[in-house]
Amino acid sequence: MKAKHQRLTLALLALGAVVVAGLLALSALKDQAAFFYAPSDVRRDGIPLGRAVRLGGMVEDGSVKRAADGVTVHFTVTDGAATTPVVFAGIVPNLFREKSGVVAEGRFEPDGRFVASNLLAKHDEKYMPPEMAGKMHETKTLVTDQTS
Amino acid sequence: MIAEAGLAALWFAGALAALQLAMAAIGIARNRDDVSAAVRPVAIVQGLLSALAMILLIWLFLRSDMSVKLVVENSHSAKPWLYKFAGAWGNHEGSMLLWVTILGLAGGAVAIFERTLAERTLTATLGAQAVIALGFYAFLLFSSNPFARLSPAAPDGLGLNPLLQDPGLAFHPPTLYAGYVGLSVAFSFAVGALVTRDVGPAFARAMRPWVLIAWIFLTLGITAGSYWAYYELGWGGWWFWDPVENASLMPWLAATALLHSVTVLATRDGLRAWTVMLAVVAFSMSMIGTFLVRSGILTSVHAFAVDPERGAFILALLAIYIGGALALFAARIGTVRAGTTFDPVSREGGLVANNLLLSVILGIVLIGTLYPIVAASFGVQLSVGPPFFNKAAGPIALLLVAVMAAGPLLRWRRDEGRAVIARMALPIGATVAAAITLMFVWPGVLAWAGLSLAAGLAVASVAPLWKRNLRRTPLFTYGMVIAHLGIAVSLAGMASDSAFTQETLVAVRAGEPARVGPYQVTLDGISPVIGDNWSALEARLSVVRGTQARVLHPQLRFFANPPTSTNESAILTALDGQLYTVLGQPDAQGRWQLRLWWKPFVTLIWFGGVLIALGGMLSLIGRVRRERRTMLRAEWA
Repeated sequence: MKAKHQRLTLALLALGAVVVAGLLALSALKDQAAFFYAPSDVRRDGIPLGRAVRLGGMVEDGSVKRAADGVTVHFTVTDGAATTPVVFAGIVPNLFREKSGVVAEGRFEPDGRFVASNLLAKHDEKYMPPEMAGKMHETKTLVTDQTS
Repeated sequence: MIAEAGLAALWFAGALAALQLAMAAIGIARNRDDVSAAVRPVAIVQGLLSALAMILLIWLFLRSDMSVKLVVENSHSAKPWLYKFAGAWGNHEGSMLLWVTILGLAGGAVAIFERTLAERTLTATLGAQAVIALGFYAFLLFSSNPFARLSPAAPDGLGLNPLLQDPGLAFHPPTLYAGYVGLSVAFSFAVGALVTRDVGPAFARAMRPWVLIAWIFLTLGITAGSYWAYYELGWGGWWFWDPVENASLMPWLAATALLHSVTVLATRDGLRAWTVMLAVVAFSMSMIGTFLVRSGILTSVHAFAVDPERGAFILALLAIYIGGALALFAARIGTVRAGTTFDPVSREGGLVANNLLLSVILGIVLIGTLYPIVAASFGVQLSVGPPFFNKAAGPIALLLVAVMAAGPLLRWRRDEGRAVIARMALPIGATVAAAITLMFVWPGVLAWAGLSLAAGLAVASVAPLWKRNLRRTPLFTYGMVIAHLGIAVSLAGMASDSAFTQETLVAVRAGEPARVGPYQVTLDGISPVIGDNWSALEARLSVVRGTQARVLHPQLRFFANPPTSTNESAILTALDGQLYTVLGQPDAQGRWQLRLWWKPFVTLIWFGGVLIALGGMLSLIGRVRRERRTMLRAEWA
């Protein structure tokens, strides 16, 4: 094989690798990307079943209840317009508290409950997940609530 | 005065970078060797000045100078001195100064130690390094000044994020940055060689040690970061496919590919254009990582500031550098002669496969990391996590492991397929034996394949030493053997952790036992503890395994500045794994939550990482020694 031909072959292989990476990534993204939902999105678009999603909003005041086993927590996430009940078994993050922001990772049950496998609370007082900041602007009541 | 001196040092360093660039340009364009000769000392002084600025900033933090804005916003006088010291880079401005310092020192190190590269190419390389430095000095001085004063001075600071108050902060960021920014040297070498049309084996031999150094630091930095996240976050996980983690993984993947292709160029004069391209890509990944982490478009412990102006600045630098390098590549690559040819079944062929597979993984990680950002700009909010990366990149990574097992057993230029399979008999046997044994405990398909391939790779990686005179085997061969073995070890740890981890989540009263894996864990009681700048509720856990008894102390720790709390996990390391314990919240009935994990062989993950870095170091020493010997011989001849 001539050097020139080999170089062409290698260039084509490299191009092929990039295409393969793109196709693999896009096909996996189609069913593995976790979309972000606020409770009003769920009310409007229906319950997204059968895939991992993220649910974000505020933990509703007075909604946090610990189950009898001592490790399961029930609470309600609200975005001011709608609410979603959440179940989580585990140690809640230290910054998880009522009237504070939370992002729950997990799945919806057919009855509309959200079973969280992981909870993300804000890292510190200044921090808010950018997805949530966006969602909060849509529901004015909470924006004022936040700044107070 | 210290802050002003620091700022002055930065301005001078910036001016020297401009001078360095101008002199390199004149030296090359006008063929003025006298001007070129002065580029080296300028680069050295520029590096020292940037280091001086960093030292002065650290001094300000150690003295808790509350008239400096950065100190006020990120430190507190009651902090232990180690976190004052390391806290200097635990914020946006300080971490960017550390970035620039390492960039300056890397350029200075090239100026001092690089003796094999052609002088003209070296001048062009230092010129390219100055271009990068200029952009980042401008970034510091115009939008991220770490030395800004606060008037009037504050009585005390706001404190450092408690998650960062850990010895890991002293080690992880500087190491990772040394790797990240060290890749700028490879980038500048590539640009330099394109400018002087000097892409060849000599250039590759000169570049290889610098790539190795960056790669070793990157490996250590990622390993340290992974272990830190593992014990500090209290989630029991060691890799979350978080965008900031991907930001460090992507340069590592590119640098690993570069490390292998530069060997082909140095030994066989092949893959010329590809190697140059990879050097550009590797540092581009570092800069994309810097952009992702420092622009504030991501939220994590790593992202300190949310300021669109800064994000735009870094993005502009990124576009200029990557775009400029690619334009130069396109303009000059026609003049780079195609390298020597080789057979598909050969060491070169194996290394090409390595490079292609690494590129595919890199592409997948890049798409997965950028996709949410792109989607967000179209108003769609989503996140891409472990399920995506495991599904898309996992199989490719396993394929890469298979290629890695075969690669070192291939001959350069041309090899016989049948002979290769004969040489591979033992590793293939080990893989099959492990695969059949594991059928009985079925750990899930990815972990099954991972463990089996790890067994095969472990055997294959030491195979190059088979029937060789071990005392005459060059050091860099040992380096390769140990690094590849490290991958096998690390892979085994990952697969074992994902397949065999056991988790127990309970709420217990004092005296109530819980079981996890081979351990019985009993809560003896909770007592208050006071630290330097925190107080804590500490559990006393009696841990019994067979006849062995130990005590663990996980904590719920409270910090006053800033007011937050953290779960400090307590970990018991045994030869066959780790017991990981986290203390949760109490409830009204006097019960405490405990989250317990038994993680068989999880330590192999980081042990493997250290082996990989060790392999890199041996390889580096071996290469540098040989290079020096050939140089001496050339001088004697």
